[in-house]
Amino acid sequence: MNDTILEMRGITKTFPGVTALEDVALVVRRGEIHAICGENGAGKSTLMKVLSGVHPAGSYDGEIVYDGETVAFNGIRDSESMGIVIIHQELALVPYLSVAENIFLGNERRGRGGLIDWNRANAEAASLLSSVGLVENPVTPVIQLGVGKQQLVEIAKALSKEVRLLILDEPTAALNDTDSAHLLDLLRRLRDQGITCIMISHKLGEITEIADSITVLRDGRTVETLAMDSGDVTQERIIRGMVGRDLESFYPDRTSDPGEEVLRIEDWTVWHPTQNRKVVDGAALNVRAGEVVGIAGLMGAGRTELAMSVFGRSYGRDITGRLFVRGREVKARSVAEAIEHGIAYATEDRKRYGLNLIEDVRHNVSAAALGKLSRRGWVNGNEEIKIAEESRRDLNIRTSSVMTAVGKLSGGNQQKVVLSKWLFADADVLILDEPTRGIDVGAKFEIYTIINRLVAAGKAVIVISSELPELLGVCDRIYTLAAGRITGEVPVGEATQEHLMELMTKDKERVG
Amino acid sequence: MTSTQRPEAEDKATPESAQAAALHTGTSNLRTLVTRNLRQSGIYVAFVVIVALFAIMTDGVLLSPGNITNIVLQYSYILVLAIGMVIVIIAGHIDLSVGSVVALTGAVSAVLVIQQGYTWWVGIIAALVVGVAVGAWQGFWVAYIGIPAFIVTLAGMLLFRGLTLQVLDNISLSPFPSEYQRVANGFLNGLIGGQGYDAFTLLIGAVAVAGYAVSGFRTRVARIRYNQPVESFPLFIARVVAVGAVIMYFAWQLAHARGLPIVLIILGVLVLTYSVVTKRTVFGRQVYAIGGNLSAAMLSGVRVRTVNFWIFVNMGLLSAVAGVIYSSRSNGAQPAAGNMFELDAIAAAFIGGAAVTGGVGTVVGAMVGGLIMAVMSNGMQLMGVDQSIQSVVKGLVLLLAVAFDIYNKRRAGTSR
Repeated sequence: MNDTILEMRGITKTFPGVTALEDVALVVRRGEIHAICGENGAGKSTLMKVLSGVHPAGSYDGEIVYDGETVAFNGIRDSESMGIVIIHQELALVPYLSVAENIFLGNERRGRGGLIDWNRANAEAASLLSSVGLVENPVTPVIQLGVGKQQLVEIAKALSKEVRLLILDEPTAALNDTDSAHLLDLLRRLRDQGITCIMISHKLGEITEIADSITVLRDGRTVETLAMDSGDVTQERIIRGMVGRDLESFYPDRTSDPGEEVLRIEDWTVWHPTQNRKVVDGAALNVRAGEVVGIAGLMGAGRTELAMSVFGRSYGRDITGRLFVRGREVKARSVAEAIEHGIAYATEDRKRYGLNLIEDVRHNVSAAALGKLSRRGWVNGNEEIKIAEESRRDLNIRTSSVMTAVGKLSGGNQQKVVLSKWLFADADVLILDEPTRGIDVGAKFEIYTIINRLVAAGKAVIVISSELPELLGVCDRIYTLAAGRITGEVPVGEATQEHLMELMTKDKERVG
Repeated sequence: MTSTQRPEAEDKATPESAQAAALHTGTSNLRTLVTRNLRQSGIYVAFVVIVALFAIMTDGVLLSPGNITNIVLQYSYILVLAIGMVIVIIAGHIDLSVGSVVALTGAVSAVLVIQQGYTWWVGIIAALVVGVAVGAWQGFWVAYIGIPAFIVTLAGMLLFRGLTLQVLDNISLSPFPSEYQRVANGFLNGLIGGQGYDAFTLLIGAVAVAGYAVSGFRTRVARIRYNQPVESFPLFIARVVAVGAVIMYFAWQLAHARGLPIVLIILGVLVLTYSVVTKRTVFGRQVYAIGGNLSAAMLSGVRVRTVNFWIFVNMGLLSAVAGVIYSSRSNGAQPAAGNMFELDAIAAAFIGGAAVTGGVGTVVGAMVGGLIMAVMSNGMQLMGVDQSIQSVVKGLVLLLAVAFDIYNKRRAGTSR
């Protein structure tokens, strides 16, 4: 019994009309890294919310035994007082406060008279930072740190609360490979210090690498718990548990038959909007009809910045360079002009930049090309419904109606709405920035299939992705980007992850 | 997770069966239809309850022909302002200056007509031009310089109040010629006769009901043709009958008083026009897109600055319309005219279901919101409730309306 730190039994949680969790069991041993896998909507986050008291005791059925006693948390403060700390996927840091202020937020180091003792706070923060391996001054505002470092600040914050059970929800989703590796290392070290860790992740590669056991959820139920020390648990094995079937292949097959060049940029240079440095430096690339071109780069390499600057100069300042569409030089000075030239950009952050979540599917699909549906400023509502229904059918958007608000759809279906929007806008070149981020395995496969159909129909597609296997799986050619410069162009037949990574890290010195 | 139908099954369905399914969804899901639209339908229910409540408490005086006419005349300019305001709010802005703009446009008109002796329509046109100029000024700062509308219009509130005092030289002007007064106080009566009541008013009422029924039916037919869920047929009929009864009752009461107020015609045309503009035009849809997610709208090629600019130009224009109506009704221009009108207009929009965060709201909702305020004020005045209590009650209603909105949103957020 002493071996087990946490046991959740028969957890059932219902929301009006939906059962999110049904009779879920989870057993976590002391001092292990326990991964929780499952498709989006499988109930992983809900389970963690039950555990951390976000869903208070009484709002669910079942029993939680923590450290040998049955517990009932009424809020996150209750669970934190017992040493259970959850770090959400969207980091909960206040951008303009310093590292130390963030670490002790809600838990301030008080001195005489109840005033905050900043010397003590900063000193303690510094020692916490060194224990997570972050070399930063505690008075630095958090906004000046990259996502990877912010993640470490979150962990330092958890340590300050004397954490014994650390829950991480998709900790590496926004991190590049170096930062991910660093974070996983840190988790191993924490484990060696006796901190138990529950980790939700879509990245099966890192799960198999780090986890001691894996619990797989599907449709709100526990499917199985796999012990990694048996040594025969592979990614395919986990996927089988998650989807309930074997994926024949991660990536659908496609015969590649590129046509004429659709888009080319030459000597493309973009300056940071506020800082005095080049974000993209003399980049050149092209993409042909019926071709998928990948852009690989570490976080901060300038991938999104490059894409958005091409897309109607929606990022950066003092953009120089030449842009050709079908061999003709064009100046796309605004997003509207870029769309007119057949360029589309599907953002890496659907919810913030891609969709109007409170509007329905219908209005989101037509958002980028209302002109096509209207005459003299009047929108043809019936035609709009027809278009939306066609998109729903063609891209298999799962929704009860096209009048459903997009915010209620799952990530994969939201991404299909984004794609529908650009298809309806008659884009010839689709720049897809992290098209499968936060999407479950089954929906990823669907997105890849859609990409294949697009190129088969003669569209040109540029895929930006942090996941090298994904680029290798869907692209014909891959450009590598490092510190704003194109450092390589590799046909997919010759590319390996190691080779790409080498090119992506080739040019490390600051540009400009 | 919402319960989703399996799309494959739907694809195989024949148009007829899909149609039947669509009709069926409507009937079986009356409850979901109501709950889903609670935010919208809630205010209609609230409106009916409030009207009934005050009708009882005033022994029916509230609904007497004379008083109904009075309410229309007294609150028309607030409703005009609320039309512009709800569009501003949908786009995620606010306009605090409309009261001052009402005063300024009325003052300009009064100076030209009363002081300079120009004919009545010169005053009206000048007021509208000033309103558009004011809107362009504020739109410029909000859209092209990027200053939050709260600040721009707060400055505008002071600025245009000051200009009003300048224009009027700190004195009130009165009276307007009778043509000008007819804008807010005139009636169309006896155009086609009637015995003790005005047949023309009833005719207009009937036309409105018919228009409502026909357009509703056409939307419904189109929805069914495109396999979209619609309310069940009996429900549709019930809705048309209910709305029709309300309109006809309203027309009947007006017909028994002084006939059809000219200002009601102006208001009706504006409501109709702007309902269509917000729902059916590219401009309207872009307003919702900007308010719903500014970044997404920008990255979908919406010319955000242009749209924001015209939103404020439009607000200026409607403020001028309200300015003309108000100056006509008060038969003159006063330095303090229009004081606090902005707050009534903002309250109307929010009570009518507009979201504080933008992206949600309707013109009709804002009208009902404005009418709720109007009926409450009028009812309390009839009952002789003290001004101070009236203010307290109106404040609480606004607070509760927005609280209800937020509660609804939270519930909608957790139920998926």
